[in-house]
Amino acid sequence: MANRSRERPLSPHLQVYRWQVQMVTSILHRTTGVILVAGSLLIVFALLALAAGPQEWSDFSRFTRSGLGFLILFGWSWALAFHLINGIRHLVQDAGWGYKVETFIRSSWVSVIGSLVLTALIWLIAMAQGGSA
Amino acid sequence: MSTHDKLRTPLKRARGLGSAKDGTHHFIMQRITAIALVVLSIYVIGLVISLIGGDYAAVRTAVANPVHAVLLVAFLVATFWHAQLGMQAIIEDYVHTAWLAVTSQLLVIFVCVLAAIASVLAVIRIALGGA
Repeated sequence: MANRSRERPLSPHLQVYRWQVQMVTSILHRTTGVILVAGSLLIVFALLALAAGPQEWSDFSRFTRSGLGFLILFGWSWALAFHLINGIRHLVQDAGWGYKVETFIRSSWVSVIGSLVLTALIWLIAMAQGGSA
Repeated sequence: MSTHDKLRTPLKRARGLGSAKDGTHHFIMQRITAIALVVLSIYVIGLVISLIGGDYAAVRTAVANPVHAVLLVAFLVATFWHAQLGMQAIIEDYVHTAWLAVTSQLLVIFVCVLAAIASVLAVIRIALGGA
């Protein structure tokens, strides 16, 4: 690079900063986004199995009930909960609200804690539903 | 980079090339699909939970329901559209090797489009009652 000799100032990278919740929500939004892309491919397999026939569907639903299947579904549900809540937070910020530092920090915590609460809620309802069926 | 570039400032090289002129379109489509997915993903979570414990016929009947089928297709299209836009932004930010960036962008587009087509077609097959 011709510019290397000029020693331009660089913006400090992540490891320079003390960890704070706003960084966590920002990084997690991208991470959960990537997880959800992979998870969405599972929906494709589910629908293809459902369209293919009872045998394929029972293979698929046996997988979702296995240990690994449960782990994937649980992680996926949390990723969805976080990306959903934090996504709404981003939409609110896009509209120009919530930029005061205190508000920004507080809404970050709402995303983190809210995602755990929503995940717990989804699984409580799912288990109650599974128990009654 | 050739020798005469040393005599030019980076601004000189950038000037005149213009913007890609579609940055706002990416931003707007990402928000539109996001707003749609707020509603649709809550709907799909509800649908999936309501089907827990149901057998093959019950799940198939639910997906074949016209309202569920339409909203499922909307969910699938919005999901893979939003997925492509999001992955595009991530690759643009972190992959700086030109051939790798282009390859991964193409891969993401092809996977998302194929996933959308395959899953929508599956819903249509179920909705129309074909085998």
